[in-house]
Amino acid sequence: MSSPYQIVVGLEVHVQLLTQSKLFCGCSTKFGASPNSQVCPVCLGMPGVLPVMNRKAFDLSLRAALALNLNIASFTKWDRKNYYYPDLPKNFQISQYDLPFSYEGFLEINAASDPKKEYKPKRIGIIRAHLEEDAGKNMHDESGKGGDSKVDLNRTGTPLLEIVSKPELSSPEEAKAYLDEIRLMLREIGVSDCEMQEGSLRCDANVNIHIQHEGELAATPLVEVKNLNSFGSVAKSIAYEAERQYAEFQKDPKNYRIGNFSKTTAGWNDAKGVTVVQRHKEEAADYRYFPEPDLVPVVVSKEEIEAARAAMGELPSQQRKRLQESPFSLSAYDAGVLSAKGRRMVSYYEEVAKEIGDGKQVMNRLSDLVMGTLNERKEEIDQFPITAPKFTDFMKATAKVNQQDRRDVFKHMLENQSDAATAMTALGIKSAADFDEGALRQAVKDAIAANPAALEDFKKGKTAAANRIKGHVMKTQKGAPNDVVQKLLDEELLKA
Amino acid sequence: MDIDQVKKVAKLGRLDLTDAELGVMATQLSAILGYVDQLQELNTDNVEPMAHPLPVQNVFRADELRPSLPVGEVLKNAPSRLGDFFAVPAILDAADDASH
Repeated sequence: MSSPYQIVVGLEVHVQLLTQSKLFCGCSTKFGASPNSQVCPVCLGMPGVLPVMNRKAFDLSLRAALALNLNIASFTKWDRKNYYYPDLPKNFQISQYDLPFSYEGFLEINAASDPKKEYKPKRIGIIRAHLEEDAGKNMHDESGKGGDSKVDLNRTGTPLLEIVSKPELSSPEEAKAYLDEIRLMLREIGVSDCEMQEGSLRCDANVNIHIQHEGELAATPLVEVKNLNSFGSVAKSIAYEAERQYAEFQKDPKNYRIGNFSKTTAGWNDAKGVTVVQRHKEEAADYRYFPEPDLVPVVVSKEEIEAARAAMGELPSQQRKRLQESPFSLSAYDAGVLSAKGRRMVSYYEEVAKEIGDGKQVMNRLSDLVMGTLNERKEEIDQFPITAPKFTDFMKATAKVNQQDRRDVFKHMLENQSDAATAMTALGIKSAADFDEGALRQAVKDAIAANPAALEDFKKGKTAAANRIKGHVMKTQKGAPNDVVQKLLDEELLKA
Repeated sequence: MDIDQVKKVAKLGRLDLTDAELGVMATQLSAILGYVDQLQELNTDNVEPMAHPLPVQNVFRADELRPSLPVGEVLKNAPSRLGDFFAVPAILDAADDASH
């Protein structure tokens, strides 16, 4: 390894659960409403109100925890985490401290150095996931004149699942892969929409580095990086922070060690691409946790766990495994690509592959034609005009057609909402069944005769000249099976 | 409980106490803690920690919307407002906004 240090990262991810109403009251959780229009006495923290737990929020948390391979605690309770901040009207957050509802799990990620080329599984440990309420949103005066800050409490009390990983991520790329997998999985199982721009997924990164120094392993002090607004900025901030810590360590290798400093907080400045370490607080935060007296504990039964497991459906990790087995037999990489497109794309694929038989070829056609087109059209697979049965037909009809003609047929089908047969007739492309070998051989002979210069070049050893003759054949024999034409051409060129 | 501990607790509770008050609090809080400390005399080795005083579990509500307050009501008691927002003195340490 070329790097002089090893990066060690743990991520804290908060996701907003897909509920209609807040965790403890009936106010809407909808994003983008006008300020302070989705609040009531409960989430405003008025005296005398009583929070009541949202069943759906608890069920979704349970589902997510099972998907993260976490153990479910049979007995769980909530606690008050006390701190003063304008976005927290009660002056405490209802969270879980010593008895979270889930603990000790893992998530499998793609830890390949180039995840666009290969799939290399790695298990990242999860310490715990717990259910808590969100705070409101502060907006600061940006004029620089120190004007008042504005507070919108719509988000206050929105249900959040906090997922805490072990410090087992070893690179910025792995951190991004972890987030990609969490987002894919939580979207697939209907737990969260994980939109970072809307704040329904937020992430803090705990970063330090390990350095081989004078025969021992030295660890730098922990820094928690906040204000990360995209998966890209998570990766960039980790890379930056590691380099910064390495520079600090080189300045003072004796003292810049984890035991000598308490954890500090740094904000990520995306525009400048730097982390800004905040001054050390004189004392560690003292949240004075104590049991929330207004909420009663929750006991989870085996039946409830089984119901949550059933609601979860197939996870992306299970799906990837299945797609690599018969009858699909995809490579780990292809299975990863397909799975990342979501369940609906996978069912589309399965429907076509079951008819066609060759899982790898169906995947190639899907990536070549359908996936790119969906991106361009910003469409989801279930709105796509070429349905799975139509695509199956298309694959059968164009089985022997060369790539360019196949793309033309596909484009024609898309533009004219037609089927494969209609498109091929319109384009003058014959399907494989329409060619007989005798006629094709004649066409090849004609093409050789019509291109004496190319033949001359070919005989001089310029084998590429054969392509010019082949091009001539394909012009007159649109849709002719590529492999057959190549075979006939090879044979006829030997005789010529 | 000494003065420094009282100062710390007062700061956490955002209480601005005079030196005289700090002294009174130190005496009174010490008395309260001393009284509660009697509990330490009990042997609790075989006693389960209590999470809640009521023998009740699993109280839930359905995920259903209920009307929120009109924004005028929401802001009625606010010391200060800016449009439909609560207004608070400028927050200097803005990075503190990130999740706690």
